[in-house]
Amino acid sequence: MAYKIVASQCTGCSACEPECPNGAIYEKEGIFAIDPEKCTECIGFFDEPQCVSVCPVDNTCVIDKSRPRYKAKK
Amino acid sequence: MTAALTQTPKAKNFQRLKALGLSVTSTIQHQGCGSKGGSGKSSCGSGAGAGDLPEEIWEKVKNHPCYSEEAHHYYARMHVAVAPACNIQCNYCNRKYDCANESRPGVVSEKLTPEEAAKKVLAVASLIPQMTVLGIAGPGDPLANPDKTFKTFELVAKKAPDIKLCLSTNGLALPEYVKRIKDFNVDHVTITINMIDPKVGEKIYPWVFYKHKRYKGKEAAKILSERQLEGLEMLTAEKILCKINSVMIPGINDEHLIEVNKAVKSRGAFLHNIMPLISAPEHGTYFGLTGQRGPTAQELKALQDKCEGQMNMMRHCRQCRADAVGLLGEDRSSEFTKEKIASIELNYDIETRNAYKMQVEQERQKRVAEREKELKEIAKENSELKILVAVATKGGGKINEHFGHAKEFQIYELSTKGSKFIGHRRVDLYCQGGYGEEEALETVIRAIRDCVAVFVAKIGSCPKEALEKAGIETVDRFAYEYIEKAAVSYFKEYLRKVNAGLIHPTKKEDALIRQGALVPLN
Repeated sequence: MAYKIVASQCTGCSACEPECPNGAIYEKEGIFAIDPEKCTECIGFFDEPQCVSVCPVDNTCVIDKSRPRYKAKK
Repeated sequence: MTAALTQTPKAKNFQRLKALGLSVTSTIQHQGCGSKGGSGKSSCGSGAGAGDLPEEIWEKVKNHPCYSEEAHHYYARMHVAVAPACNIQCNYCNRKYDCANESRPGVVSEKLTPEEAAKKVLAVASLIPQMTVLGIAGPGDPLANPDKTFKTFELVAKKAPDIKLCLSTNGLALPEYVKRIKDFNVDHVTITINMIDPKVGEKIYPWVFYKHKRYKGKEAAKILSERQLEGLEMLTAEKILCKINSVMIPGINDEHLIEVNKAVKSRGAFLHNIMPLISAPEHGTYFGLTGQRGPTAQELKALQDKCEGQMNMMRHCRQCRADAVGLLGEDRSSEFTKEKIASIELNYDIETRNAYKMQVEQERQKRVAEREKELKEIAKENSELKILVAVATKGGGKINEHFGHAKEFQIYELSTKGSKFIGHRRVDLYCQGGYGEEEALETVIRAIRDCVAVFVAKIGSCPKEALEKAGIETVDRFAYEYIEKAAVSYFKEYLRKVNAGLIHPTKKEDALIRQGALVPLN
């Protein structure tokens, strides 16, 4: 699985972009989005997903349930 | 053009300023405020208690509208919204809310890149030579966007070296950036400190994001407070002027702000700005939604008075937007949108800017001289009486606004010690919808009903009647005069009438500070 950003909730503040350890977050027409191919849910980097922790609006960076959970490569 | 070529430099500056719509008075020899040492400097000092500043500090604040009450009558500031990200959450802030007609911190109409911001600064400097200060105040936290913030400073310093740079931060990231702040010649930093006790802090801050982790509750408040005070100490050690902003939240930190005041004073802060909480429900902030009220005018003043001592209290803050442009009482940001900037001819002219500054120094000296003459007279009187008056002004320290055009009133407290600026009351509202003339008048009365009089350049007979009915005398005989001089002269007369038994001062009703949401002036 990966995280995704709920577009209607995003304020475009950019706080998440530099926090992402995978560089998976990018700007698109004033708001931000997560590249699911790059997102590792911060596993292996931090105890908590950085985008979720820094986002000023609750329930904006959420798990994308349409994708399988990320498994750290061994 | 030929005529201009044959003019003296002074006359040319006169023309330039006039073309920009700035009031220009006679051209007496410039005396250099503060340049004559002790007496010169104190005579130029702020009427709000900053009269005896050390020379080097006066030099730093005299053209800064946010650091000197006196300067805010003459000089303008601008904020550029290059810093949208934030690293903490405050219960009085809602990052989702964005309304172009709303004016308060944290709100902007459009974000800018550092390059766009630098261009905007030059555009504003071209049209508003009295703009002396560029601040970065969000809409998030400048130090949570360090690259954008410092890049903007770098670009502006290169192109407009006479503009003062300042920033306003929550302080969480401050200790890491003090060196960079110093290196970039940012000599004014504002830190918002609402508490020094985590038990108070947990009611104001739901969380902070620090070292890759979200902290909540007391732990969050403890981290924030420690970082704020550490940052303040580091800044004052570097001789960077620090202003502390505190949001007064009745029942949560109102009494506690006296402790905050002591803590920041002992760490070398220069100025303390206690501001009223803004918590209209339509803003959707936590405090707005939970019905947390802001302070009344008298509650705010009482707290500011308690904190006033060795440290200056700021009372002229307009709690402006993170993209505000203009004098503190006005907002011209709508003239400088990205779209409009594209068609503004950039003409950053240091000569015009200096001419304006010279003009202001002359005005200041005239104003101070007039005030001191009146003060000598009033000092002979012996009375404990204090009254408030409201003033309609559009700047320059003069009574020069028509009652009906005033978007705010400046409030002065008068006593035998003279006049003291104690605040302002905004009366422009839009969100309450469909208000007619009568309702607008009621709004004004609610905002200034603690005053015995309102000084105006002009007023119609209808509002005059309504105001007198509400116990507020309308005074237009001082039209276009200096506020302080008029105020002292009015007080002298008032006192005489009281002593003669013609007036019986009664306790006035408390006033409302903010009513509804605010609209920038167009």
